[in-house]
Amino acid sequence: MVKNISIIEDIQEANDTVARTNRQRLDQSTTLGINLMASPGAGKTTLIENTLQVLAEKYQVAVIDGDIATSIDADRAEKAGAFAVQINTGGACHIDANMLRQALDVVDLGQIDLVLVENVGNLICPASFQLGTHKNVLIASIPEGDDKPYKYPPMYRDLDALVINKMDLLPYVDFDLDYFRKGVEILSPGLVSFPLSCQTGEGLDPWLKWLEKTLTEEGI
Amino acid sequence: MHELAITQQIVQIAEEHARQHQAEKITDLYLVIGELSSVIDESVQFYWDIVAKDTLCEGAELHFQRLPAELRCLDCGSRYQLDRGELTACPQCDSARIEVIQGKEFQLQSIDID
Repeated sequence: MVKNISIIEDIQEANDTVARTNRQRLDQSTTLGINLMASPGAGKTTLIENTLQVLAEKYQVAVIDGDIATSIDADRAEKAGAFAVQINTGGACHIDANMLRQALDVVDLGQIDLVLVENVGNLICPASFQLGTHKNVLIASIPEGDDKPYKYPPMYRDLDALVINKMDLLPYVDFDLDYFRKGVEILSPGLVSFPLSCQTGEGLDPWLKWLEKTLTEEGI
Repeated sequence: MHELAITQQIVQIAEEHARQHQAEKITDLYLVIGELSSVIDESVQFYWDIVAKDTLCEGAELHFQRLPAELRCLDCGSRYQLDRGELTACPQCDSARIEVIQGKEFQLQSIDID
């Protein structure tokens, strides 16, 4: 006999459960976790390098890099002064909470103040997988175009901070900053944003100050 | 691509509940997918036969209920839906301060067991 059973369970619950455990581990060792998401080529690794140049003097930083293949990004982060872990996602288009859990296993969290998770370059899938980090940060970049919030709304929704990289290219690219910002505002009202250029270094200071303030708020 | 992982998750949740009820077979699964959840039901369906093979879900049918996105303007309070999935400011007052009331859901509502 066929019988209907009510379930009403979020299908992402398994991921979210692991994400909550990740958050507990970070909290227990007073480590700030930041999930950096962006499209390929937006400048995630370069921003991490520039950030490490300043913060690695004061804080112990671990960088967890997700890529389908290679350890190019982790090598760059290590060279810039971080403890680096490369996750090869084996074809997966995002880091999920379980991949981060495994990466955290090889980090001595007690010694680390800040974990920067460099997600797989992708404006779609990482938005669906909470990791348990404290902040979700998106790095947009001028050459991507001003329509990205409209075309990839889940990625721009519920963000904690937005970096707009490659601002030095604004004079050369057809990019309407007001149109872009309006899309961002609809999806993440009141979002703090950092227009900057990793190439020239302009605008990096407010981003670094925000990171330091966030570290302080987490008691680090 | 991440629909594969999601499809595996659906099988796992359904099997867990079916076993609690000593079911021998799951015949139907009822899913709710919000318009904003970025899950494509066609892709889930595509992986379904492969992922469900040799599980209690083998041969089971998937039923999708799509929930349209519903938004509320935080400034004027008017409620509206997305126009052909396109993101827009409030159609009444053009405010960008918007709250999502419905549309992010991605749930397994119920299953039929035998």
